[in-house]
Amino acid sequence: MPTYQRQVLICGGTGCVASGSLELQEALKDRLEACGLTDRVLVLQTGCHGICEAGPIVVIHPEGTVYTEVRPEDAAEIVEEHLRRGRHVERLMQRDIHSFYAGQMRLTLQNCGRIDPERIEEYIAYDGYQGLANALFSMTPEEVVEQVALSGLRGRGGGGFPTGKKWEFCARAGGGKKYVICNADEGDPGAFMDRSLLEGDPNAILEGMAIGAYAMGADEGYIYCRTEYPLAVERLHTAIAQAEEYGLLGDNIMGTDFSFHVHIKEGAGAFVCGEETALMASIEGKRGTPRPRPPFPADSGLWGKPTNINNVETWGQIPQIILKGGDWYNAVGTERSRGTKVFALTGKVNNTGLVEVPMGITLREIIFDIGGGIRKGKGFKAVQIGGPSGGCLTEEHLDLPVSYESLSEAGAIMGSGGLVVMDDETCIVDVARFFLEFTQAESCGKCPPCREGTKKMLDILNRITEGEGSPEDIDTLERLAYQIRETSLCGLGQTAPNPVLTTLRYFRDEYMAHIEEKRCPAGVCQALTGYSIDPDRCVGCTKCAQVCPVQAIQGERGTPHSIDRETCIQCGACVKACPVQAISRS
Amino acid sequence: MDDREQRIAETRRIVDQYKTTQGALIPCLQHLQNTFGYLPAEALETASRELSIPLAEIYGVATFYAQFHLSPRGRHIIRICRGTACHVRGSATLLETLKETLHVEENGTTEDRRFTLEPVACLGACGLAPVITVDRKTYGRLGADDLPGILEQYP
Repeated sequence: MPTYQRQVLICGGTGCVASGSLELQEALKDRLEACGLTDRVLVLQTGCHGICEAGPIVVIHPEGTVYTEVRPEDAAEIVEEHLRRGRHVERLMQRDIHSFYAGQMRLTLQNCGRIDPERIEEYIAYDGYQGLANALFSMTPEEVVEQVALSGLRGRGGGGFPTGKKWEFCARAGGGKKYVICNADEGDPGAFMDRSLLEGDPNAILEGMAIGAYAMGADEGYIYCRTEYPLAVERLHTAIAQAEEYGLLGDNIMGTDFSFHVHIKEGAGAFVCGEETALMASIEGKRGTPRPRPPFPADSGLWGKPTNINNVETWGQIPQIILKGGDWYNAVGTERSRGTKVFALTGKVNNTGLVEVPMGITLREIIFDIGGGIRKGKGFKAVQIGGPSGGCLTEEHLDLPVSYESLSEAGAIMGSGGLVVMDDETCIVDVARFFLEFTQAESCGKCPPCREGTKKMLDILNRITEGEGSPEDIDTLERLAYQIRETSLCGLGQTAPNPVLTTLRYFRDEYMAHIEEKRCPAGVCQALTGYSIDPDRCVGCTKCAQVCPVQAIQGERGTPHSIDRETCIQCGACVKACPVQAISRS
Repeated sequence: MDDREQRIAETRRIVDQYKTTQGALIPCLQHLQNTFGYLPAEALETASRELSIPLAEIYGVATFYAQFHLSPRGRHIIRICRGTACHVRGSATLLETLKETLHVEENGTTEDRRFTLEPVACLGACGLAPVITVDRKTYGRLGADDLPGILEQYP
């Protein structure tokens, strides 16, 4: 194998790819070729570095120099200055990324951004498959389950059920055929940690599953992955093929009696398939609707056989727990929430991206220290945590140590780990309406409380945001919310009212402003706000009318213009175009 | 052979690969849709006969999942992310602008079959919100005024 003096790591995560990292990679390769440096500099594509906001990210080793927001046209300068003359390109090092990484503890994400996910050798070089080897050669299946239980790991998909206990149930189930499943149907709007982990370190998931299969006595596994994640699916296929070639998956793994085969099933677009019984129905080729439990999958799961289902992030933590021991993992976190959690930090925050932090860290540390605070110096209003099943927390919760218990006490949930930060220009009623629209559309329709109840709640919320709400609506919303929560068949319906309940709990004033004063304090709800042109300021230059995508602005050149509020879609393009600041929102 | 017969023959060839696999209906439909761009009625009827699955059950599955389409779609698929991060950064406005400029409804196809407009729950690129994809290319950090320039690139 050739040795290289330098390695250039280019982020191939979805965020950076969308920002142009593939074009950048091509440009760098072309440039290196032109300079005859291809035998000295290796260009690699890695998984997500986390700080998607600053992408595309380039890291140059052995120096460890990090360049951010690199464009294809910067390739020439990087090659000339850094790779030929050994001088940093200062202008690409302007962004402060130190604070983003300083407060983090990257255990699950340790390889993301560090290795080439399409080469199993790199994973192996960082102790990859060593955990599986330890399990196979020096531990009994019972001892593996014991270590997982000792670690205190809880299901990272959101449920928070102790993983060791779940494994124990499946391990104890009657012999014969068993399955393990990786739930990679990450459907929560605002969450992309599973995607990044699958794309950046697919072998960690496979190793985790193989260890689980050994511990529970399964010989076959499925990864149920959203088909919206084509890159993740592709890298999993590559990783499986390479692992089989090395004898790390397939028959007689590492020469032992243990065999384990993994299949990938692509989902077909249904949020409810994240629910385990619906997911299994979908693998069986049916409509993905949930069924009542018991029987639990550990007793009767896929095709009626004992089955264990864990989420991507949960499987991703297993190899290190087995390698370093349950005690090692147990030392991180709070008393009942151990270890680290990956959050997808998005919304109106400066550093959006993936962050992995020890449990017990406060929301303030995540949003302000790691996230760099609110965009454009605006005020913090709320943070939505846990997606459509979660809730909105406020200023008063910022110093809350994040754990399964503390979040649930505050009315939210850990969920899969989406954190959407909202500033004072976000309308809380609109956000609640947004989530209800989502859950209502994704309800599978099998049980009436979810199918009809969420529809009814959405109707009410629509009315309120359109300025047609009445005070009784609040009582009806609350009554419906509790009924849907108590009587729905699966987690989708049981948690659907959460965004409404938490916003009613913490932002009731804002609901009342919509209902009683017919006013949207944040200026978001279209029926209650709109753009208008100040006729005294308008000079009739027609610039606003030219940029309006829907021709909502009328007026002769040289005379004041006006906006037709019925036609206006409130895109704000006119405000930007107006040279005399005559257009404002009311 | 006319189009219809060709599709039936092609369907037979595809379905053959799935006959012996357990739970193969969804991958089989995915394969058919990748081939034809949508799920033509004759393909579903043929699949029903060949796989011995009642047609009602096949329609049940095909209409349950968001990614199956029973009618032809545009040459270019615009997916607009309606996830939370995109929502709070203004994707509703992008959606309205696209509907107005293309004269289509959500999930609709333009009359000239140039574009299909699909709102999706989350594209998983929340760091770049608001995001749309056209075919396989992702565009992030968008404002309504960026859209005309993007659409122009797709004849």
